[in-house]
Amino acid sequence: MIRLTEVAKEYPRSGVALTQVSFEVRKGEFVYLTGPSGSGKTTILRLLYMDDKPTKGEVWVNGVSSNTASGREISRLRRRLGIVFQDFRLLEDRSAEANVRFALEVTGAPKATIRAKVARVLTQVGLSSKATNFPRELSGGEQQRVAIARALINDPFVLIADEPTGNLDERATRSVFQLLRDINASGTAVIMATHDLDLVRRSNYRTIELNHGRVVFDSAESPASARPFEEPFEVRDTPSESTERF
Amino acid sequence: MRSAREALTASRRAPLLSALGIVTIAFSLFAFGLFGLVAINIRQALDQVEERVEIRAFLSDSTDIESVAAAMKDISGFPEVLRVDYVSEEKALERARKEMGEFADVFESGVLPASIEVHLRPGMRDPASVKAVADRMKTYSFIDDVRYGEEWVEKLYRLRTISTVAGIALGVAFAAVAIIIIGATIRMTVLARAKEISIMRLVGATDMFIRLPFLIDGLVKGVLGGLLALVFVWVANRVVNEYFIQTIFFDRQLIFLGVVGGAVMGVLGSLFSVGRHLRRI
Repeated sequence: MIRLTEVAKEYPRSGVALTQVSFEVRKGEFVYLTGPSGSGKTTILRLLYMDDKPTKGEVWVNGVSSNTASGREISRLRRRLGIVFQDFRLLEDRSAEANVRFALEVTGAPKATIRAKVARVLTQVGLSSKATNFPRELSGGEQQRVAIARALINDPFVLIADEPTGNLDERATRSVFQLLRDINASGTAVIMATHDLDLVRRSNYRTIELNHGRVVFDSAESPASARPFEEPFEVRDTPSESTERF
Repeated sequence: MRSAREALTASRRAPLLSALGIVTIAFSLFAFGLFGLVAINIRQALDQVEERVEIRAFLSDSTDIESVAAAMKDISGFPEVLRVDYVSEEKALERARKEMGEFADVFESGVLPASIEVHLRPGMRDPASVKAVADRMKTYSFIDDVRYGEEWVEKLYRLRTISTVAGIALGVAFAAVAIIIIGATIRMTVLARAKEISIMRLVGATDMFIRLPFLIDGLVKGVLGGLLALVFVWVANRVVNEYFIQTIFFDRQLIFLGVVGGAVMGVLGSLFSVGRHLRRI
């Protein structure tokens, strides 16, 4: 479903962001992308929703290759992806319902189906009673739920979440995470970039750890005990040196 | 249809920004329009002066009318020539008395010779063409002298060249300023909706789908700004006509071109601003 082969990404100003990254994500899988800031988590997610192209290698998502995809193909692919960010990215001048509806309207969905679909996803994320509220009237956790509802509206095969709990308190984090688990349980794959090691430790999902743009650990390829997440991530200049903690 | 609705909704959400955009476009086109009005009036004045460029060939006293008629027919066939008139001695006298009333008594019959007056076609009144026709006319044996105000024609031609070059340079400069201002105005609208655009892209809206409402917005603002500029220029023209000098206004074709120009600038400004923004996200 998703495959990265020998992917490298280099930016003209900031230099190398990813080096020789290869992994696959299967249908319905839940995958954590972990690693320190600047390790390349967001870059990988951007490559997945084809907001950027790899400098080397290839990214395949649902049959679309990063090397050959046209603008139209990318747009069509994104309609089958759900994308969620740390900062929610909601339109402040529209209600929760209008924010969710927006994703259908701008992709030319049939008008007759919109109302029912919006009601269904708002119920799914537990916000049917706050459909008419504006983002400023909602808590952080609720705003993230609206963003997740918007991501779910097109029945995506994968939900890509970039630090979705990064701006939330403990309680909201737990409830948003539970929501992501429920979504995964219903068959949608979830790829979630996170700093939150407690969260990673508490669940038994596949974990891919990045450092300096390289995959340094993938629980799908190593025994579960190989990377027990007992220590915080380290920022290393070389694999053997540890210089900084965050 | 959806794009038009979306453009309208966006304008309704930010009415002040939209109004400001239209007024800014109107003022930049107003400056361009005023320049255009001055340019067409100078051109018309020069055309009027140029119409007076004529070649006068004075005939010998004893020239028979058949020879003159044959020569006039020949000269009419020159490609540069618009019209050839015969001015008899009597007519020359009458004209001289009329034009120089205070010396009316000085002129006596037989003082002024008969002549042929040649008017040239527009575009053929430059010094080289005028001289070429004059030289050809000199070859007739019964033509004593040919005059066309050589120095005056050269000065007039130089003035026309200067005004044309200055007109083009200023026109391009004014148009460039108008395009830049319109581009910046539309860019403000695009920036105000940057978040919306980024979300549209993320949920899979096509670039064309995102662009279209902005293009319609640019088109509408360009047309409205163009019409408003036209009203401003018309009022300015009325004031000048009322209190200063008689001027001409744009004809229908130029008015149409002006409004179409506003629309094109609006669309191009939008295309450029949104395109730049889509690449950046």
